[in-house]
Amino acid sequence: MAASFQHIETDVLVVGSGAAGMMAARAARDHGARVLIVDKSLLGRGGATVLAQMTVAVALGDAEPDDPTIHAADTVEGSRGMADPAIVAAIAERAPEVILEVERYGVHWARSHDGKHSQVVAPGHSRRRCVYVDVLNTGGALSAGLRKTIWRDPGIRHMSNVAITGIVVQDGVAVGAVGFRLQDLGPVSLGAAAVILATGGLTEIYARSSASANMTGDGYVLAVEAGARLRDMEMVQFFPIANLYPPLVGLDPIMWDPFRYKLGGRLLNGRHEEFMDSYAGEHAGQYITPRDTAAYAIFSEVRAGRGSPHGGAFLDFRMLAEDRLREAFGPVIDILARSGVDLTRDTVEVAPMAHFMLGGVEVDESMMTTVPGLWAVGELIAGMHGANRLSGNAITEALVSGRIAGEGAAHGGSGHPSAAAFDGPRRDEWERLQRFWHPREVAHDEVSIAALRKRLKRLMWEKAGPFRTEEQLAEALTELGQLEHSVTEAAMAREDSFPLSLLDKVDMRHMVLVSRAVLSSALLRRESRGAHVRLDYPGSEAPVSIIGCSTRGDGQWDVSMSSPLAEDVRR
Amino acid sequence: MNQSSPTFRLRVTRGGPGRGSRVEEYVIPWVEGMSLLEALFWIRENLDPSLAVRFSCRSANACKECSAHVDGTPAYLCVTRAQPGSTVRIEPLPRRRWLRDVAVVLNAEARS
Repeated sequence: MAASFQHIETDVLVVGSGAAGMMAARAARDHGARVLIVDKSLLGRGGATVLAQMTVAVALGDAEPDDPTIHAADTVEGSRGMADPAIVAAIAERAPEVILEVERYGVHWARSHDGKHSQVVAPGHSRRRCVYVDVLNTGGALSAGLRKTIWRDPGIRHMSNVAITGIVVQDGVAVGAVGFRLQDLGPVSLGAAAVILATGGLTEIYARSSASANMTGDGYVLAVEAGARLRDMEMVQFFPIANLYPPLVGLDPIMWDPFRYKLGGRLLNGRHEEFMDSYAGEHAGQYITPRDTAAYAIFSEVRAGRGSPHGGAFLDFRMLAEDRLREAFGPVIDILARSGVDLTRDTVEVAPMAHFMLGGVEVDESMMTTVPGLWAVGELIAGMHGANRLSGNAITEALVSGRIAGEGAAHGGSGHPSAAAFDGPRRDEWERLQRFWHPREVAHDEVSIAALRKRLKRLMWEKAGPFRTEEQLAEALTELGQLEHSVTEAAMAREDSFPLSLLDKVDMRHMVLVSRAVLSSALLRRESRGAHVRLDYPGSEAPVSIIGCSTRGDGQWDVSMSSPLAEDVRR
Repeated sequence: MNQSSPTFRLRVTRGGPGRGSRVEEYVIPWVEGMSLLEALFWIRENLDPSLAVRFSCRSANACKECSAHVDGTPAYLCVTRAQPGSTVRIEPLPRRRWLRDVAVVLNAEARS
């Protein structure tokens, strides 16, 4: 196929366009750099930010006295000993500034009657600290505001539907990226003095997942293959009370949480008994249990045979008057009514759902990876949340890490090679993709990668979800190997207009690789800590060990544990 | 397929510029709460993976990528529920550059 190629040069290249990527682009531009931002989906619409309905933790001190050092201390405390205090401090410190900055882009944080920012408490935060945009519109408003501010700026170029498949590294320095255009299939190379990865998490590897479908772990693979390191890949946060039944459309599955917070909704087991008090000392009307403990409590009830009919817990608002419910839920009441749910009469079923990747790319407090010229931001990084993320800290991390990296990248790049230097990498990557997509010429896709993807998602949910054992993790690794073989062997039909099947195969390769990193790391951590629950090792070990992933350059990933439990496995 | 299990039909525009346009009809097993987007996923998983459609957030009506014409009216596929026994027509949005099947060029900034 004689697909037309494209080469673009810029100072700072941003891959991914959620809050972290768009803020990185904005910050790099503010510091004088020419910026190019690309996304495999539509710019500013894919990813997790647009779905974020909840709150943002920031020590503004409007509701009560607060300080970034207290925010940082709460975050480290909540991380079960695994956050990197330097990263947490760097992010908490600049959170107030960045939250006020996005107000200028049209993000209207809710205000209380005295005109100050309305700040609410959330589990794990010792102060009323969390700002929000009404009604359930924090992520939507942020996406729209950031999109506008980067769109209007002639110094920021943007491209939707460009999938990045490799970082170009020359003499140990990241100098750009290669990939392909999806709308009219063709190879792309992008030269840059600095590259910022902002591709989000990997929750798409789980059958029950609250994030967008394009969160297939791309950035972890790009970073490792460029020579960077990952850590804490066993740490996946499961959101405790995501919707389970009845099925709802038009609502974020985790939307019950803010209402439970506002109204004190009760969690009941299958026998209609309250149970949170026996796990976390939480009583009716309260909302104090951190996410890891709440998810553990619900699934422990299910395992003990006390689950709701579909395998979760009941969420109950029936003790509240109808006008109180309508006031709190607003238009959501009508969406629920269309699904046949009347909260004055009905309970709903909720259960944990994969929500956020806690581990990720190892960075320092300037968000630079171990590869010069390569930064990572947002959900993709490790270090902010450790083994448990506090409510409200995700958007804080996205915005502040984006700003820090954008500023650093604008000043820290060292120039990039000439356009001619990208001819080779672009051609090599295109040829690799051709062999990967078309091992044989076929008229129709040999298998449905979408169907294999569904199998992988079920496998990871069943064997590497909220509860883990050595036996199940090992089984999952074996089955993952078989799935990987099916993916690698599959020959795809040629298609040059929006070839979704070809993107599926690229995404699926990433999902297989990051699933293996999750499984291998989870096997190695023979303890329970925060989001990582090993039924065969229920206690926590001290001192804390760190599990890292990197590649030896031959495509194999090493997963190893740092002392004190030094151990090395190669898979 | 079991006679007693409920189904519904989708009539979906296939093809693209330079390769013509045709309507394919699919019979899909209905599942409680199923959206039209999930029905297209079922086609991609079980009948024809080459079917092109945009999607991202999947069910939250947040990303606005899965817009299409449903029985002649613009709609988001992820929030439109399938009804057992029904027949639904799905077409790409008109007045947008047609890419393939249900996918068109969506100029995101125009709607910001």
